[in-house]
Amino acid sequence: MFNRDQWDEILESLSSNWFRTIMTAFGVFWGIFILVILLAAGNGLGNGVKSNFSGLATNSMFMWSQPTSISYGGLNKGRRYNFKIGDVDAIKRNVKGLKIVSPRNRLGGFGGDNNVQRGLKKGAFNVYGDYPQIIEQQPMDITAGRFINQIDIDNERKVAVIGYSVVNELYTADEEILGTYVKINGVNFQVIGVYEKKGMRGQDVEEASKEIIVPFSTYGKAFHTGEDVGFMSITADDDHTITELKQEVFDVIKKRHRIAPEDNRAVGNFDLYQQFKKINGLMTTLNAVAYFVGILVLLSGIIGISNIMLIVVKERTNEIGVRRALGATPWSIKSQVLSESIFLTIIAGMAGISFATGVLWIANKYLDQIESDSIMFADPSVGLGAIITALLILVVSGLLAGFIPAQNAIKIKPVDALRTE
Amino acid sequence: MIKIENLHKSYQTGANSLHVLKGLNLNIKEGELVSIMGSSGSGKSTFLNILGILDEADEGKYLLDGVPIKNLSEKKAANYRNKFLGFIFQSFNLIGYKSAIDNVALPLYYQGMKRAERLDRAMQYLEKVGLADWATHLPNQLSGGQKQRIAIARALASDPKVLLADEPTGALDTKTSYEIMNLIQEINDEGKTILVVTHEEDIAEMTKRIVHLRDGVIIKDTPVQQKRALDYV
Repeated sequence: MFNRDQWDEILESLSSNWFRTIMTAFGVFWGIFILVILLAAGNGLGNGVKSNFSGLATNSMFMWSQPTSISYGGLNKGRRYNFKIGDVDAIKRNVKGLKIVSPRNRLGGFGGDNNVQRGLKKGAFNVYGDYPQIIEQQPMDITAGRFINQIDIDNERKVAVIGYSVVNELYTADEEILGTYVKINGVNFQVIGVYEKKGMRGQDVEEASKEIIVPFSTYGKAFHTGEDVGFMSITADDDHTITELKQEVFDVIKKRHRIAPEDNRAVGNFDLYQQFKKINGLMTTLNAVAYFVGILVLLSGIIGISNIMLIVVKERTNEIGVRRALGATPWSIKSQVLSESIFLTIIAGMAGISFATGVLWIANKYLDQIESDSIMFADPSVGLGAIITALLILVVSGLLAGFIPAQNAIKIKPVDALRTE
Repeated sequence: MIKIENLHKSYQTGANSLHVLKGLNLNIKEGELVSIMGSSGSGKSTFLNILGILDEADEGKYLLDGVPIKNLSEKKAANYRNKFLGFIFQSFNLIGYKSAIDNVALPLYYQGMKRAERLDRAMQYLEKVGLADWATHLPNQLSGGQKQRIAIARALASDPKVLLADEPTGALDTKTSYEIMNLIQEINDEGKTILVVTHEEDIAEMTKRIVHLRDGVIIKDTPVQQKRALDYV
């Protein structure tokens, strides 16, 4: 169907009125441009939000104890209790589908007193008692030395891995860090590693890295928490979501601590997976809106093409009559009109996609420069899939745009078409 | 070549029915040069449209080279027009944005002929009508007589059985008209069957047979002694 003659015919008729052709094409150009930009903006926002989760085990929840709200088993309501280290094994045993159960303890906090000292320098930092597997749930880059390991736990070694913000506050530049000691609440810990938290953008990394991690067992001894567990970070395996498993976890805790089964306040939790799903849902919605608006804008461009094709067909009624007298079949007339409208649509669409890509390229360059600022927007781009979708939409819309005009072109009888001047 | 029996055609205009052709009978043999004469409203254009398969009769028989023309699909009709018929119009009907040679090659394009072969054939016919030097010109760069010659070359290009000319000299001055008629006579001399619709007496006399049409019936059908157009140029 697409031989050289057909191309000649298409180019001849499109170039017979350049201004009109370009004005018509602009509608589609603009439509696809808007569509691509909207999709890219949606992606950019998505990337920005997701980068806050990057590397984080999103199929996770945090769980902490709260005062009971129902009296049960002879115990008053409002009773405070603590998770115990034994709960961890109980949860692992009784709940199938969990990947990691990390008991954690925390000392200090935002705005707390200075709890860490090194020589003359002091600072207030979060100090965590942790097991080594925490690194799989809260990703971090070890920039020097090593992370805590099982031997540290077993031997209750007084070692610490410190965040790089701690280094900034307690050490002078060029100072050797590994092997030095920091005093946490009066207990000396040897620094064995430095880390930087991943998945945080801009200023957050600074704040998030104001942390010190020590072995869980050492923490219990040093700060007199014994068997107590402050909170837990629990991750489900890939076949389960934490949202469907968390009630089972709560049930184990409630049983072991004599809490009423219907007491929903006794175990506090933050379900990261649910949050993540919500954000994902929001992104899907945003994407749908982008497609919806983009396609509507594109539609008005297509209607423009359809309109012009109607006029072109009207103008060329006599020519169509002549062609039919010379032996043009209805299909050849129809395919001529259709291919003109598809050609115009695709060329205009390609131009729109290219232009949008150029704009995105410039936007990306600009965004790279201001990346240190914590804006929730990153790497606005569209995937190949979206481009292919857009092209498919273009071909279909070109067909749609040409369909009615093409039908009009052959509706009129040859004898009447010939009579039209 | 053309066999018409009891041909009827009427047009519906609102509540009225206009009976345009009222039972025509006509037999045209191969190699004839026939003119159809009549005042406007006599039905000669309608008749020509039916002969050209651009319109269809309500009733009656039409055989074109032994092929019955009846209830054709548009595709078939287009095919027959391309293969059997060549059209020459009063207003030339060349395609404005195509060069002379592309205009002539158009019927061959619809035959699916390859481009090179097509242009070669088109050039031969341009030479035949004496306009080979004008092959790349657009129609609006040509005079009326030249345009009609291009149109004749186009009508001949697919080597049709019959040429149908609708007032071929209607838009031309007398001298050019005779030149065109001379060309038509020459083509007829080579054996092509040609029908010319005209209302000009002198043009009709340059054919070999005149069919008079009035109010949708043939009132006279006479062979005439052909006047050679060349004698008048």
